[in-house]
Amino acid sequence: MTHIAATASSPTQPAEAFPTTLAKGFVNRLVIIIPYLWLLFFFLVPFIIVFKISLSQTAISMPPYTPVLDFKDGVSGFFAGFRALNFDNYTWLTQDALYFNAYVTSLIIAAISTVLTLIVGYPIAYGMARAPATVRPTLLMLVILPFWTSFLIRVYAWIGILKPEGLLNQVLLATGLISQPLVILNTYTAIFIGIVYSYLPFMVLPLYSSLEKMDYSLVEAAEDLGCPPIGAFWKITFPLSLPGVVAGCLLVFIPAVGEFVIPDLLGGSQTLMIGKTLWNEFFSNRDWPVSSAVAVILLLVLTIPIMFFQQAQAKAQEQGR
Amino acid sequence: MIRKALWLSATSIFLTLFTAGGHAEDRVVNVYNWSDYIDSSIIDDFTKKTGIKVVYDTFDSNEILETKLLAGGSGYDVVVPSANFLARQIQAGVFQKLDKSKLPNISNMWDVISERTAKYDPGNEYSVNYMWGTVGLGYNVKKVQAALGTDKIDSWDTFFNPDKLAKLKDCGVYVLDSPADIIPAALKYLGLDPNSTSPDDIAKAEEALLKVRPYIRKFHSSEYINALANGDICLAIGWSGDVFQARNRAQEAKQGVEIGYSVPKEGAQMWFDQMAIPADAPHVADALEFINYMMTPEVIAKSSNYVLYANGNKASQQFVDKAILEDTSVYPDAETTKKLYTVAPYDPKTQRVITRTWTKIVTGQ
Repeated sequence: MTHIAATASSPTQPAEAFPTTLAKGFVNRLVIIIPYLWLLFFFLVPFIIVFKISLSQTAISMPPYTPVLDFKDGVSGFFAGFRALNFDNYTWLTQDALYFNAYVTSLIIAAISTVLTLIVGYPIAYGMARAPATVRPTLLMLVILPFWTSFLIRVYAWIGILKPEGLLNQVLLATGLISQPLVILNTYTAIFIGIVYSYLPFMVLPLYSSLEKMDYSLVEAAEDLGCPPIGAFWKITFPLSLPGVVAGCLLVFIPAVGEFVIPDLLGGSQTLMIGKTLWNEFFSNRDWPVSSAVAVILLLVLTIPIMFFQQAQAKAQEQGR
Repeated sequence: MIRKALWLSATSIFLTLFTAGGHAEDRVVNVYNWSDYIDSSIIDDFTKKTGIKVVYDTFDSNEILETKLLAGGSGYDVVVPSANFLARQIQAGVFQKLDKSKLPNISNMWDVISERTAKYDPGNEYSVNYMWGTVGLGYNVKKVQAALGTDKIDSWDTFFNPDKLAKLKDCGVYVLDSPADIIPAALKYLGLDPNSTSPDDIAKAEEALLKVRPYIRKFHSSEYINALANGDICLAIGWSGDVFQARNRAQEAKQGVEIGYSVPKEGAQMWFDQMAIPADAPHVADALEFINYMMTPEVIAKSSNYVLYANGNKASQQFVDKAILEDTSVYPDAETTKKLYTVAPYDPKTQRVITRTWTKIVTGQ
């Protein structure tokens, strides 16, 4: 593309066109390289550090694990440290059902929350996309507005709403809908409410962007041809918004699995999630290696299915064409 | 032209920032202490008196402090960990020995406290006590009166006796999410050594805690301050100073919530927050001067009067407000003090058993 453009812009001076093309090709490559560098520095390098710690053993020292790979004792010291690395911590994780249960509970909680967020978020995004174009920026602003307050404070506010003498119970008691205060705080229900509330914008925004781009004349055509509105929604609108649904669900599901603050503040003590287990290993046991192993497994549990899923999606899209 | 001027001033600010550390006359001490833990006028007075600028930063959990210290290069000159954390950190080589010749005020310290802190820091070579307190029972006086028919709690029995705790279930019971504070209390209640690391004893403590587990609403190490102050719960096992904070907030709110604190008669665990200097501290001389200043009787008394904790400075007691000094929940009487115990830090293996036991108690898994 650039090659053609470059030669087309200066057809009479081929001698000069050559270096320009080269420069443009370089710029193009640079543009592609930037995201990869980003991945390298902010994902791969930290991951390798965490992975290395997960192969070490805990020690009472600074830093609290051994061996530390450095060249203090020369190259041979480095390799001696390298040989001391092993997978004992991963074996440890399989020996206590605690870790497995924590992973499963986290995945289930995240999955339920994601579905709930989708159910709540879809009508919001749909309404926004169908609103008059002049109102849309305002609506978009309203979705983003809660980010102006600290996440922590917003979660704390839910304690005030959900507690037995809280806002919600006072309103329900006053209207006579209930005679006994509902126990919501410190239960799984409170965790779901907290996650749905906190992550709703991450669901609404991608949904909105895919719904807004949609050509509504397709829906009108379907209805003109006698398709009932609900049928038209499921046959046209929903399939066309699928990329938004997938993006929104991933944006909610992935952070929800590792969520620590919401279950800690709103959930009961009996809630066993992987975030808390990791916290315990890191802070209570001061076992950086085992907590690193927990983190590596969490990453694999999340990344591998998502990679397969995306591959399947890409394939399906290509077949669809 | 304007752009050039801006550029020049930006460069000069940049240069000033970079060279600030190099000036001998710019003396600085970077202090890292617990949040809400000092009368800020003390810091201003220190700067006025010595010309040393204090960069004061706060944390709210030992774990956060420990992680920064273990990672190294924290840049702090004075930090204030709790003694059981300090003990392990000393082993890990986090701190440097204090040059006692630079700390003449150390003669003001209280032997009753120093003897006990020596259990964590042998010979008190690395640290000086800032404040100390107990782990006891914080309660809502009126709600406990309604549920148990008494407005005074003085025994662990109120918590560990399932029949009694069952009556408090509905008005709410919170417990510190801190096994190192609760398991020793269970051992003490059972008449065992609170310092025991034997798996059999820990299993007995687990059994005692599982019996009352159904009546506990939540395990959390800070939420109980607000929950007590708002009247949401009626009993909490908590740190003395936190309960006093809840009591003050409740008084300020004027909603009729009255909070009591009790040091159980069977004995309660003491905790100590210790001032220490990291091995890689950039301003050691200024740090020593700061610590020495904090051991001035009038200064530390001012701090106690403000934060409502007892301090480990004997000479300061004449300057501590009478109401605080005579409050036995802050400064327990000699009789009670004898029954207070300290818990040595766990070795990594025992720590694992303790954490695992705790997860089982808390989550049932």
